[in-house]
Amino acid sequence: MNGTMTGLTTAAGNGFPILTLLTAVPVAGAILAFLMGKHARGVALVTALASLVLSLLVWIHLPGDGSIGLVELHGWAPSIGIEYHLGVDGLGALMLVLSAIVTLMSVDAAHRVHHQPGLYYALVLLLESGLIGSFTALNFFHWFLFWELSLIPAFFLIKLWGGPKRGPAATQFFVYTMAGSVALLLAFLALFLATGTMDFEQLAAMAASGVLSQMVAAHLGAVMPWLAIGVLAGFAVKVPLMPFHTWLPNAYAEAPSPVTMLLTGAMSKMGVYGLLRIALPIFGPQIAAMRTPLLALAVITVVMGAWAAAAQKDLKRVFAYSSVNHLGYCLLGIFALAIPVSGAPLLASQAAALNGVILQMFNHGITAAALFWFLAMMQMRSGGLRGLDDFGGLRKPAPVFAGLMGFALFSSLGLPGLNGFVGEFLIFRGVFPLSWISAAVSVLGLLVTAAVILTVIQKVFTGPVPERWAAFPDLHVSERLALAPVIGLMLLLGLVPQLVVDTLNPTVAYLLAHWRF
Amino acid sequence: MLAWMIYISFAGALLEALLPKGKNGLARAVALAIAVAGLVIAIVGFATGMGQGTTMIADAAWVPSMGIHYRLAADGISRVLVLLTGLASVAGILFSWNIELRTNQFFAFYLALIGGVYGVFLSFDLFLLFVFYEIAIVPKYFLIAIWGSTRREYAAMKLALYSFAGSAMVLIGLLAAYAAAGSHSTALTDLAHAELPVHMQMWLFPLVFTGFAILAGMWPFHTWAPTGHVAAPTAASMLLAGVVMKLGAYGCLRVGIGLFPHGLDPWGFSFLGLGSWRDVFALLAVIGIVYGALVALAQSDFKFVIGYSSVSHMGFVLLGLMTLNQIGLDGAVLQMFSHGVIAGLLFAIVGRIVYDRTHTRQLGELETMHLSRRLPFAAWAFVIAGVASMGLPGFSGFVAELQILIGSWKANPWWTAAAGIGIIVGVAYTWRALQKAFFSDRLPTPDEHLKTGWHDLGAITWPEIAGVALLGISTIVVGIYPRILLDSIEPAVKALLAGGMQ
Amino acid sequence: MNYAALFRATLPETALEVAALLVLVVDLGLLRKAVLKTHVAVASVLGIVGCGAAVWAVYCAGGAGLSAGGDLLLAAGGSAGVAQVGILALTAITLLLLIGSDFTRHAGEYVAVALMAAAGGMIIAAAQDLLVIFIGLELLSLGLYVLTAFAKHLGKSAEAAMKYYLFGGMSAAFLLFGFSFLYGLSGSTNLTKVVYGTYVANLHGGYPLLYVALVMIVAGLGFKIAAVPFHLWAPDTYEGAPAPAAAFIASVSKVASFALLISISTAALHFLESAAGAPLPRIVPGIGKVWPLTLVIFSVASMALGNLAALAQSSVRRLLAYSAIAHAGYILLGLAYFSQAATSAEAVLYYILTYGLTTVGAFGVIAVVERATGSDRMDAFLGLHRRNPLLAAITLVLFLSLAGIPPLVGFWAKFNLFAAVLHVSHAGAALGLVALAIAMSAVSLYYYLQVLKRAYVMPAADERPIHAHPVTMAVLLAIAAAVVAMGCFPAILQNWIAGMYS
Repeated sequence: MNGTMTGLTTAAGNGFPILTLLTAVPVAGAILAFLMGKHARGVALVTALASLVLSLLVWIHLPGDGSIGLVELHGWAPSIGIEYHLGVDGLGALMLVLSAIVTLMSVDAAHRVHHQPGLYYALVLLLESGLIGSFTALNFFHWFLFWELSLIPAFFLIKLWGGPKRGPAATQFFVYTMAGSVALLLAFLALFLATGTMDFEQLAAMAASGVLSQMVAAHLGAVMPWLAIGVLAGFAVKVPLMPFHTWLPNAYAEAPSPVTMLLTGAMSKMGVYGLLRIALPIFGPQIAAMRTPLLALAVITVVMGAWAAAAQKDLKRVFAYSSVNHLGYCLLGIFALAIPVSGAPLLASQAAALNGVILQMFNHGITAAALFWFLAMMQMRSGGLRGLDDFGGLRKPAPVFAGLMGFALFSSLGLPGLNGFVGEFLIFRGVFPLSWISAAVSVLGLLVTAAVILTVIQKVFTGPVPERWAAFPDLHVSERLALAPVIGLMLLLGLVPQLVVDTLNPTVAYLLAHWRF
Repeated sequence: MLAWMIYISFAGALLEALLPKGKNGLARAVALAIAVAGLVIAIVGFATGMGQGTTMIADAAWVPSMGIHYRLAADGISRVLVLLTGLASVAGILFSWNIELRTNQFFAFYLALIGGVYGVFLSFDLFLLFVFYEIAIVPKYFLIAIWGSTRREYAAMKLALYSFAGSAMVLIGLLAAYAAAGSHSTALTDLAHAELPVHMQMWLFPLVFTGFAILAGMWPFHTWAPTGHVAAPTAASMLLAGVVMKLGAYGCLRVGIGLFPHGLDPWGFSFLGLGSWRDVFALLAVIGIVYGALVALAQSDFKFVIGYSSVSHMGFVLLGLMTLNQIGLDGAVLQMFSHGVIAGLLFAIVGRIVYDRTHTRQLGELETMHLSRRLPFAAWAFVIAGVASMGLPGFSGFVAELQILIGSWKANPWWTAAAGIGIIVGVAYTWRALQKAFFSDRLPTPDEHLKTGWHDLGAITWPEIAGVALLGISTIVVGIYPRILLDSIEPAVKALLAGGMQ
Repeated sequence: MNYAALFRATLPETALEVAALLVLVVDLGLLRKAVLKTHVAVASVLGIVGCGAAVWAVYCAGGAGLSAGGDLLLAAGGSAGVAQVGILALTAITLLLLIGSDFTRHAGEYVAVALMAAAGGMIIAAAQDLLVIFIGLELLSLGLYVLTAFAKHLGKSAEAAMKYYLFGGMSAAFLLFGFSFLYGLSGSTNLTKVVYGTYVANLHGGYPLLYVALVMIVAGLGFKIAAVPFHLWAPDTYEGAPAPAAAFIASVSKVASFALLISISTAALHFLESAAGAPLPRIVPGIGKVWPLTLVIFSVASMALGNLAALAQSSVRRLLAYSAIAHAGYILLGLAYFSQAATSAEAVLYYILTYGLTTVGAFGVIAVVERATGSDRMDAFLGLHRRNPLLAAITLVLFLSLAGIPPLVGFWAKFNLFAAVLHVSHAGAALGLVALAIAMSAVSLYYYLQVLKRAYVMPAADERPIHAHPVTMAVLLAIAAAVVAMGCFPAILQNWIAGMYS
């Protein structure tokens, strides 16, 4: 093991292919789970745990300077610019950890799959593989492969195990994302035609030196802004950015809750990650040029997401829109920092914003997944009810449940001391100096979200207990044990954010140093 | 050694024809053994031929007085297509396992067809190529007319006549080129170096190209394809879409483009924006892509959806050919392989796994059958085939279509744009078929319930699993590691471009 | 001329006549009490022995030919030799087919008449003099009239013979009239001299008479080869004549007539090309100019009408008649674009010999089916593959060969012929005509497939097995095997034909 460890730490060479292994483990687990049928959940749990361990190993062995490490580079189809190029930095590694955690939570949450359990867990694990693949890819082809591949299991998870309107919801989800993918594909085709490469790092280097837009202009004319729009559209659908979000509430609401955990906890991060890994490095100047409208859209996403959450009566939809709102902060941070700046304060603001964005991705993933998990438990106990007004006073019959869910809710609200706070704080800290108007308007979103969460707490947990919920069962031991690490993690990150931030800081510095707007 | 697969296929056909009636198991076993032997030879030939350029397999004077040689050779393109034929033929036999009617005759015609196809891909003498090309036509007729379904006699006759019309055009071109070249040889290399006058190439090229492209399903000569595919028994539609359409495309490439490159030169004037035969055929290819996809979107018969999708996908091949650049041609050849495997898989699922159990192909009726629960294997196999057909990355279709798009962008961005629309519609019709056939939630009304009857659909048999695995794994392997084929295709295309098009 | 030379030159014909007389003597004298089977067998075998002897004689006769006063009367070797051997071989095969048939009680007479007619055919094939031609034609024709009427108990047979006779008599009269004009214009009956004489006469303003003469001759010869518009007898005769007689008419008589056309074309060209010093020939209207044009017109008419009319037939015999007309059209194209080099003559001979062989086989199949079902309608072939699989397979091979599908010999014949045409000229007109011919042969596939469809595809109305005489089956099998073998190894027959020229 020690031998492989030294291999792991080599930054540039083809060391021990831990990233390939990490991608392959869920695939193998999926096949095994599919074959195991009724015992698939065990396989899935073990696989998810193994992935978590591996991803933590990756996290530990990142290069210290924030650059991309654990690189694997092999020829694949060189004539069309396809290489097998993997690597992660702090951003990628954090996403790997997040994916692994959320998958584990999702598998944990889904212990009552009666219909075709083998298939269900196989699809979940395939989805995890898709996530991991897209978070480690450094070549467009490879990345796109997993980006699309994650779509298929997600579709079927909604389609086959979803609620009553799962058919249209799944199709809408698929069509939207697919349309975004086509835009992405066309944009990268154009880039390949102009440059002959599909490698993210090479393209980013070309963009940083300004060669890229010259080459594109020479080959294809003044299409660079359009390419940027295509790429942004692809990601905007996935995150989502308003007005590309309409698929989301339906999909989140109709999907079974464990799947929703995956959708919101991890899949939505693919879009944000894409913006950071692909869009900003390659299309920096174009995004900077479009910064104002983009910021406007981000602010709208933040505010309208919160308002829309306030207007819902279905808890699942409440949390769905609240997810839109939370990811809106990420978009806000990203677009705000996309501006050429000089001077230490502004540079520090940029770094804060980026730090915040990455933290927010992680924290929202954990928190949102936890919320939908609690929701799943509620539904299980209530016989499927999940209306905001269906409950009341639950803290009396189920104090532990109410308490733990309260942690998650407050984390979502952004209470200091819990994980949700750090990211949002850093984002606002960074955005204010860069674009104070958007920050100011977005505060509205914060307030409305707080109102929404408090309303939920009030309506569900406080007040008189209705007759039928008098015997609302509390969490049993196994559930408590399962939830405890998650809640612990929320607390831990809220109290000691340095755990993540220290590893993240070099990456943030490195990224900002290499981006050009 | 590659030549042996031609011989064993024909010998197998003869053997099957001579088998006594009623020994269906034996007939199947013999057919499978021969097809597998062909596949093994193809794989070995492919592996050993890697990086060797063109290798001569057999060369003997056949009709010395006319300069006709029995000349078999293989370059990277041939080897890839031969490999495809091997895969498709084995899979086809696996999916014909349930043929009980005149089993030995079925396999006799089947193997004769396979032998002809192998022959075409390995011929390096134009005359020999033509002979094998025609040999492949007749068995198709009988396979469809005897063992087919919907309107089989009509479809079979249509297919035969279309094919013959096409081959008549090719024959005229062949005779004219042979006479005009005066080199007294029909070897492809000799004819390519004959330097026929440009004005002659100008009419020979469209003649021969169209002749071959009829079999490749080029719009507007595609109408045989959907009816033929639908009427054909499963194995025949697999071969038809999987391999026979490739014969046409291969002919377009090897003969049309290889021998008459100047036929692609600009006319010197432009008519409706078309300035050369290249523009004309690219336009037809693009129309085929979009038209095939749109029509597939509107079909209510499951098999017609796949039939029209073949027209659309073969449009990509023809478009790739008309790019006339390395990457586009690479893509065209890869797409031939890819579509061969994927279309074979789709037809197998629709025709064998689903239709033979449900006895309907109407999407409206399948919708009420909950096939995703009752035939999960079929559903998931179709998901794999469907997403491969859509051109999702990770499957062979993606790399192929990507290359074609890149190549056509280099040639003319408008073609790419139109083809892109075709891809999007392609996603739509595949998805629609997938949803309707397998994953629909529509419950049957009591009426339909009685009509369709929830009779037992029968278990999936091992040949079906083996066939799906064979084709599915092929498309995934090529999708994930396209170099396995591209390393063969690229040098061959390069040589063709260098030698064929001065 | 001395009688020894005459005897030596006509040794093959003499052998046939002797055999004919021998058959009569044996049949009427020695076998008066024997059963019919013995009659048939003995007569056939004797006739075949006679044919064999004649073949031996053809080879022995050497290259001398027969001349009188410096003018060649009978040629030897070359196309004459090929045609003669062909005539004898085909005659022998038709006699073999007789063994299985029972249309007449007078087998001895039948064989004798057939042998005499064959002798007439041999004379025509070799004749180089108008008078000798006419004698040969009459000898052949009279024999054919008798053979047609041989099924005395059938009204159809008598009707066909009467039609044939009336048309034949009339055309003979035309031919003779035309010959007399030619003699008047040129002052000679020797073909070469006639051509030269008409040329000289033309220079002095003899055109109108020449045209009249040529039209009359073409009318006479067109009748023999059943070219449109002199084809009207063919369908009725093919339908009414007993099958062996029909086979004889369709093969032997065709070979002889086309050999005659080759002689005439060669003579015309020989003059043109031997007058190479003077640049006039191709411009001055004369036989060398008018003759090809006339042939082209008849060729196009025959190809088009023959094929199109065949589409509408429901009787297989009439179908074969119209297809024969179409095939005559193709061959006429080869004669119209004729070259002094042996390639043209070789191609025409190759075509007519292989066509004759195939068509004899086809009539053999029809005879068997007819005896079992009592009809020659297409529907009589229904389910043939169940009733007699071997016969069905033979039908498949023969009809596909007629359609020109490789690797069967019919395809080679066509390719050879069209290549020869384009060898002479690949200008637009020749290419256009070849294109038409190829297109028409694509059309022909439709009606051949109609027969094969019934044999293989459509359900049988009657499933009782069809039995055929073992000798008949053996002969048919041998013919089919030859069709396949000569298709796979075309050089064998080509080399033999070319060898006869040297």
